Amino acid sequence: MLLSVSLTLLEGLIVTLELFALTLIFALPLGLIISFGSMSRCTPLRAVVKTIVWVIRGTPLMLQILVVFYGPGLMFDLPLLPRFTAAVVTFVINYACYFSEIFRGGIQGVPVGQQEAGLVLGMTKRQIFFKVTLLQVVKRIVPPMGNEFITLVKDTALVRTISVYEIIWMGESYIKKGMIWPLFYTAVFYLVVNGILTLLFGWFEKKLDYFK
Amino acid sequence: MPILDVQHIEKHFGTTRVLEDISFSLEQGQALAIIGSSGSGKTTLLRCINFLETPNQGRILVNGETLFDADDPATQRESEVRKKRLHFGLVFQSFNLFPQYTALENVTLAPGLLAQERPDFKQNKKAILEEIQAEGRRLLDKMGLADRAGHYPHQLSGGQQQRVAIARALALKPDILCFDEPTSALDPELTGEVLKVIRSLAEQKTTMIIVTHEMAFARDVADQVIFMDGGVIVEQGPARQVIETPREERTRQFLSRYSEN
Repeated sequence: MLLSVSLTLLEGLIVTLELFALTLIFALPLGLIISFGSMSRCTPLRAVVKTIVWVIRGTPLMLQILVVFYGPGLMFDLPLLPRFTAAVVTFVINYACYFSEIFRGGIQGVPVGQQEAGLVLGMTKRQIFFKVTLLQVVKRIVPPMGNEFITLVKDTALVRTISVYEIIWMGESYIKKGMIWPLFYTAVFYLVVNGILTLLFGWFEKKLDYFK
Repeated sequence: MPILDVQHIEKHFGTTRVLEDISFSLEQGQALAIIGSSGSGKTTLLRCINFLETPNQGRILVNGETLFDADDPATQRESEVRKKRLHFGLVFQSFNLFPQYTALENVTLAPGLLAQERPDFKQNKKAILEEIQAEGRRLLDKMGLADRAGHYPHQLSGGQQQRVAIARALALKPDILCFDEPTSALDPELTGEVLKVIRSLAEQKTTMIIVTHEMAFARDVADQVIFMDGGVIVEQGPARQVIETPREERTRQFLSRYSEN
C-alpha cells in the first residue's frame, strides 16, 4: 500500500517539479527585465512597471490562477488554455514580479562608488557590469532568492484549484477511498525537495563567502 | 606648457551653483593641494576633472589638447570620454576597492582589460599578462604591501586598502593622479602610512592634485595650494605662502579655525 501510494504521489511530484522548473526558467530572466523597467529613467515606463508589480504582488496567487484560466473564456469567449499552461503562465508572471524586486534591491545595493571606480579605470559600462557589479549582486540576492525558491515549491500546490494533478491533488484523491494519510504524507516530499534546496543555497552562500 | 589647464569651469546642480569660474593650471611634476571647508566644491571639481560630472561651462586641456569643452558636444561622447579618463587617476575617499578581487587583482584588472584592445594582444597574450602581473606586484611592493597581494579588501586595514587603491590608480600610468580626501575615512593612526606614500610620490615628481584637510601635509608636500570657498577659488599660490601667510581674509579665517582644532 505504502509503495503504491508513494508511486502515485511521485507522479504528482513530477508535475510539481515541472511547474517549479518552468517557472524559474522563464521568471528569472523576465524578472531581470522587469527590474530594469522599475529602475528606468523614463518616468511613464517606471510608473507602468510599478503598477503591474503592485497589482500582481497585491492580489492572491490563487485568484490570479483562476483569472488566467477562466478569464479569457468568460470575458472574451476565447478557448481555455490547457490547465498546465495556464498554471505556468500565472506562476511566471507572479514570480517574475517578486524576483524583479529582489534584483532591484541587489543592483541598487551595490555602492555607486564601485561603478565610479570602474569608470575612472577606463572600463566600459559592460565590463563594469560583468567584471565588478554582477557577482556583488548575486551575493546579495542569494538569501532572498532561497526564500522565494522554497515558497515557490509550496505555492505550486495552489494549481489544484484548476485541477492540475500535482502532488496535493494526488494525495487528496485518496480521501474518496477513505484514506487521509496519503495527503499528510505529501509533506515528506515537500520537505525532501526543500531540504535539498536549502542545502544547495547554503553551499552557494558559502562559495561566495570569500569576499564581503 | 602646463600639463593641465582648467579654464572657467562652472557646474550647477539644478539651481545650486557648485562651481563658479574655476581656472588653474598645473605643471608637470608638481603637486597641487586643494583645501577648503566641506561643501566648498573641492570634490565636485575633482569629479569634473575625472569626467564623473559634466561641467556646464569651461574647458579642460591636458598637454595642450582639449579634452573637454562645454561648448563642443563632440568632446563629450561616451566612447571618447572613456579614453580621456585615462589621463587621470582618481583615489577615492572611501577606497572603492572591488571586494571580490584580491589586492593584486584589483591592481591588474583594468590594465588586463585595456590590454585586450591592443592589436598584438592575441599573439603576445601570455607575455602581456605576465608583464601586467609583474607590474602589479612591483606597485604593491612600492606601497609596502608585497605580502598582502593575495588578500581580499575585507582582510586589509583601511590604510592598507587605500594604498592598494593608490597602486590600482598608478597601474594605468596616469598623467595626473588625483586624491579625493584620501585619509578622511581613516582612523587617525592609519593616516600616516597613506600620507607617507603620497609624500614619496611627490618626491618622485608625480603630478598630483590632492583634495585634503591635512593642512600641515598640504604645506609640506604640495607645490601649489588652492583655497576654495562657496564654489569659487578664493586664493591660490605657492603652498607655504597660502597656508602660512594667506592674503585673503576668508583664507585666514578658515586656517585659524583649523589651528584651533
